[in-house]
Amino acid sequence: MKPIIETFHLNFFYGSFQALIDINLSIEGEKITALIGPSGCGKSTLVRVFNRMNDLIDGVRVEGRILVQGENIYSRETNLIVLREKVGMVFQRPNPFPLSVRDNLTFGLDIHQREHKNDYSEIIEQSLKDVLLWNDLKDKLNHSALNLSLEQQQRLCIARVLVMKPQIILMDEPCSALDPIATLRIEELMQELKKNYTIVIVTHNMQQAARASDMTAFLYIGELVEYGETKRLFSAPKEKRTEDYITGRFG
Amino acid sequence: MERHFQRELESLKTSLVKMGSVVEENFDRSIQSVMEKNTELADQVIESDIRVDALEIEIDNAIVDLLALQQPVASDLRFILAALKINNDLERISDHAVNIAQAAQTFCTLTNARVPEEIPQMAAITKTMLKEAIDSFILLNPSMAQKVLKTDDEIDDLNRIVTKKVIEVIKSNPETVECELESVRISRNLERIADLTTNIAEEVIFHTQARVVKHHAEEKKRSDA
Repeated sequence: MKPIIETFHLNFFYGSFQALIDINLSIEGEKITALIGPSGCGKSTLVRVFNRMNDLIDGVRVEGRILVQGENIYSRETNLIVLREKVGMVFQRPNPFPLSVRDNLTFGLDIHQREHKNDYSEIIEQSLKDVLLWNDLKDKLNHSALNLSLEQQQRLCIARVLVMKPQIILMDEPCSALDPIATLRIEELMQELKKNYTIVIVTHNMQQAARASDMTAFLYIGELVEYGETKRLFSAPKEKRTEDYITGRFG
Repeated sequence: MERHFQRELESLKTSLVKMGSVVEENFDRSIQSVMEKNTELADQVIESDIRVDALEIEIDNAIVDLLALQQPVASDLRFILAALKINNDLERISDHAVNIAQAAQTFCTLTNARVPEEIPQMAAITKTMLKEAIDSFILLNPSMAQKVLKTDDEIDDLNRIVTKKVIEVIKSNPETVECELESVRISRNLERIADLTTNIAEEVIFHTQARVVKHHAEEKKRSDA
């Protein structure tokens, strides 16, 4: 299968600090890829490279090539708005806008002027169905999103990404604010979503990476130490540093 | 800082080593009871097997706890899976030692009973295999485990020779049938013990090298590729 995201000799700097060192990675489509590693290893930096979220930080510098669906996303011609439609992002804490459920979902569509207002109801219904919220919220579309439970808020944030019809969903610790049951339900949702989307998830929780992902990349102090099938990496890692990290001998 | 989990793994290994030494002792006594026609030693083997059974349950429970509470991965997971199987293999070896001890008890009631000359040879080879299988687990030494695998064919050959000889003896001298059947029983139990030592060796290779060598799995994989 052709990779959907590829990095070639990716080096990333915050000022003089090098956060990623010569990363060569090839992520396949319609799979869940987990990025794991101790705090400060560069996993959040890496996931944010894929939709250029780091551009907002002063003093960052990127070297190497990063291709999304074969296109170099750091070329001058790249349209960031188009890129972020294609590569959506879900953050650590659910961050719904202080608007109604409906307006949260249509906000992006309005900005991108994607649809005529008349067509929204169908999109709203489908996106809420995709994240298994439709039955709970179909009668509360005008209620404030801030009144939802944390899990519902995070599902809504995922639905807000889905309405833009992205190809890739980046998730940076999407369950860290959720309880274990809500976490498992979000993981179940990810399994459903991967039928149509490519998911890249950053997680501190190794058991979550083992349970939920197809591929795992282990990063350590900015280097990609090992990348491979999750079941192989968690049963017979090739690198000693991976072994030591996943068995809790350091990190 | 050593994690609590690492200490639990060490403790599991210690329990298995302890069980291994009890099983080795049972095996030695069972052979001695046959060679010396010593019912007292045979009784000790049968009695000691109760301790082995209790140890097996104790180790099983420790493994269930580790799996349920620690969700091990990588070499820790392979170690625990290997320990689960080795625990079962050791318990089975002790059962076979009991069978040999029971054969010794029957031998003691028979006048002029004698074992085929291959039995002491089989016992010596099996004893070494058992010792090396357990040592390979203690030392995490896959080459020692590999050596155990290679030796198994010798025991299979000797077992076939004993069976063939016994058939000939029974044919020519039918009144020795009871004694000869006990010889076959001893030989067959030694052969089973040798097989179980190879299982232990296979688990050591799985744990240390993440390779599945049982049932010629690697050769099959290569020929399928």
